[in-house]
Amino acid sequence: MISFLFGRKKSANSAKERLQLVLIHDRTDLSPAQLESLKDDLIATISRHIDIDPTSVRINMAQDGREQRLVADIPLKTATRRRAR
Amino acid sequence: MTAKVITIASGKGGVGKTTSVANIAVALATRGQKVTCIDGDIGLRNLDVVLGLENRIVYDLVDVIEGRCRLRQAMIRDKRLSDLYLIPAAQTRDKTAVSPSDMVRLCDELRPEVDWIIIDSPAGIERGFKNAIAAADRVLVMTNPEVSAVRDADRVIGLLEAEGKGPAALIINRLNPAMVRRGDMLSVEDVLDLLAIDLIGIVPEDENVVVASNKGMPLALDGKNKAGQAFQNIARRLMGEKVPFLDLETQNVFQRLLWRK
Repeated sequence: MISFLFGRKKSANSAKERLQLVLIHDRTDLSPAQLESLKDDLIATISRHIDIDPTSVRINMAQDGREQRLVADIPLKTATRRRAR
Repeated sequence: MTAKVITIASGKGGVGKTTSVANIAVALATRGQKVTCIDGDIGLRNLDVVLGLENRIVYDLVDVIEGRCRLRQAMIRDKRLSDLYLIPAAQTRDKTAVSPSDMVRLCDELRPEVDWIIIDSPAGIERGFKNAIAAADRVLVMTNPEVSAVRDADRVIGLLEAEGKGPAALIINRLNPAMVRRGDMLSVEDVLDLLAIDLIGIVPEDENVVVASNKGMPLALDGKNKAGQAFQNIARRLMGEKVPFLDLETQNVFQRLLWRK
């Protein structure tokens, strides 16, 4: 709303958003590229055991106080199939 | 007396560590506490000029460590506050002249003599920083509401945790309430969200800081200006008092009410 009224985004907001990302990578020593490759590996491993849709998988870093967490949300295809039957 | 050893660190240079050490030490001394501050920035000493004690240096920290003088001889007594002392850094040596265990030994010798030992850490995260935190009972991390200072503070907080020196407490220095209000400066809440540690002080940006260092008369000597008051409040919090944060610090409440969606 603010950016709509004034035609620009508040610089403090950009600072906070940029810092949030930078700090996650500083704290975990994991670059965005490494995180992507970790995601691919995880998807590949899980797919060998269960049927999943790779495009619906969400794997992200989350901050909880000073702890970093790797949060994965992996919807299973089999569950929906069972319901359909 | 058994002194508490407090180190002020920041990672980034120029955020106001030396000014804060001077003012927190002065504030504690005006409250009847016996305080020694130690300039840990060997080769780049500055705490002496900020305190206005530069003309009285005979011996320094490295002289004590290398046995050229006794600890007492390197302690310069402040002219205004008889319970305030400074151990200056050596100017012609470098960080490698001191080791972390030297600092622990020196502080242990000093502990029975005073209530507080306040150590000014140099910028950076190498030897000088490690020396400065070696003896610390508590580390105060200083930052400005600005991206590079916050990022470096986060690094320092992480290193302190890894060294078993956490949890650190945060001082946010040079906050400009008007800029926060127009959304052009990170607010106290933003910085606390990002760094996720306890807050011990918020110091507003204040031209008087420059005037005070010009004169070698730390602001906290008279509590009339906002920055001086903020440092007095930090001293009180260190002494265990519950002190509410200054008014200017909550000004973004207005902003929050106005812009809340």
